[in-house]
Amino acid sequence: MVDKTIGAAEVISRLESGMTIGIGGWGSRRKPMSLVREILRSDLKDLTVVSYGGPDVGLLCAAGKVKKVVFGFVSLDSIALDPHFRAARQSGAIEVAEYDEGMLQWGLYAAGIKLPFLPTRAGLGSDVMKYNPDLRTVADPYGGDTTVAMPAIHLDAALVHMNRADQHGNAQFLGPDPYFDDLYCMAADQAFVSCEKIVPTAELTENHHPATLRINRVVVSGVVEAPGGAHFTSCVPDYERDEQFQREYVKAAGDAETWREFERKYLAVPESEYQAAVSARHEEVSA
Amino acid sequence: MTSTTTSAPESTTDAPATRAEVCVAAAADLFRDNGEMIASAFGTIPAIGVRLARETFSPDLLISDGEAYMLRGTNPVGKKPQGDVEAWTPFRTIFDLVWYGKRHVVMIPSQVDAYANTNISAIGEYSKPKVQLLGVRGGPGNTVSHPTSYWVPKHSSRVFVPNVDMVSGVGNDRAAEAGPAAQRYHDLRGVLTNLAVLDFADDGRLRLASVHPGVTVEQVQQATGFDLVIDGDVPETRQPTAEELRLIREVLDPKGLRDKEVSG
Repeated sequence: MVDKTIGAAEVISRLESGMTIGIGGWGSRRKPMSLVREILRSDLKDLTVVSYGGPDVGLLCAAGKVKKVVFGFVSLDSIALDPHFRAARQSGAIEVAEYDEGMLQWGLYAAGIKLPFLPTRAGLGSDVMKYNPDLRTVADPYGGDTTVAMPAIHLDAALVHMNRADQHGNAQFLGPDPYFDDLYCMAADQAFVSCEKIVPTAELTENHHPATLRINRVVVSGVVEAPGGAHFTSCVPDYERDEQFQREYVKAAGDAETWREFERKYLAVPESEYQAAVSARHEEVSA
Repeated sequence: MTSTTTSAPESTTDAPATRAEVCVAAAADLFRDNGEMIASAFGTIPAIGVRLARETFSPDLLISDGEAYMLRGTNPVGKKPQGDVEAWTPFRTIFDLVWYGKRHVVMIPSQVDAYANTNISAIGEYSKPKVQLLGVRGGPGNTVSHPTSYWVPKHSSRVFVPNVDMVSGVGNDRAAEAGPAAQRYHDLRGVLTNLAVLDFADDGRLRLASVHPGVTVEQVQQATGFDLVIDGDVPETRQPTAEELRLIREVLDPKGLRDKEVSG
């Protein structure tokens, strides 16, 4: 059976500037942050980012990697708004396609099951129709309501972070919510799963119901073992959101000099040094 | 009862209701007669209100733990809720239930117009907003799928504007214009603010249903950037009952978080 284990650098080598990349998780929850950080360190640019957005969107905007954001919201959960996304929008630096969050799900789902669109009421009457002028409605061929034809959102690549996976790409969530990660994988030409730990297949269901295996290997191109890979977003039960770090992220964004310092310390370094800096920080805080 | 030496400290339930407490009872009233319905309330006062409704007159409401479970039990706001899990409701299930229609949400809009079109997306020119907000989130889908109400903690003409900059939640006029598919399940219930309760006139415009004790009709109109429908004498918003005050003060919000959202 194929061993799909790869490193983060190899994931980046399979991406290209100008691609449409879907990022799993939700807000500041179980985001593939180590892969996002790898993008920050790369030469990739002009990306279209599809996301139930959190600091993934903020960091990519701050690094000038983003051409367009396809989103329903961008939030840090415990802090309502992401400062970098706000700044990027308010300076007119990025394009957006803003959809109702259910429309976004429908777009990913349509792409995954190879349909051109899926009908929905969501969007009707709102300015989502006005600011996405390509959106069309579709008449019910059976005589019912005319609804929005939400087009498939096809992804060149998907990045998601799960709690566990095996080397073949079967991946498991252990927190309360699978989010939409499997839909991202299905909507994408290539899907990359990072995880806290790669384990033998049998171990996945040793103590957990098979329903936690939300992503299976037919939809996965590569698996990256990335302990702490969702930091500073939550990855329960492995770890909660690092609220203190998130506050520091937001605070640093408020001032160009402080942000350069934050970048130098946490983003311009390899992932191993990032994780070491985070650990050192925790020791400092608890001391 | 003015004994100086023997009486216990004045019971917390004896003090008259604060503005915040009037708002909590009015928030609870939004969920009156809702039956078996998922009740999602954003904001501190709506969160206390929905709990109060379930404790009293709407026992069949389903309330989320804020993550992915529907929980039974009585929980104060501001604490991680405890109780029996009665349903697993990850976001994908919530999305299904939104479209299924048995959900009543209270959202906090940044802008509201006379027909209760609401904005949580962006203020100013859309391509380069003056202020980027959250994004439309579930606003478009919620409003055309199930009952929706709004909570405005600071009633002002900055929130109540003649035209919202980005229609995220669909108002009565826009739903009608968009046709039967938008209107079929469109069901705006009202707007609760720190000054008043607003519902809708027959033409779909916001109507002043009641003013909170101590607030005048003129005050509300002055803080609103368009003409509210005012039908004759506007009643006063009801006072919470003694039992409601006890629940609010001792059980649902013992730390007084409600006063941080609305003072006075």
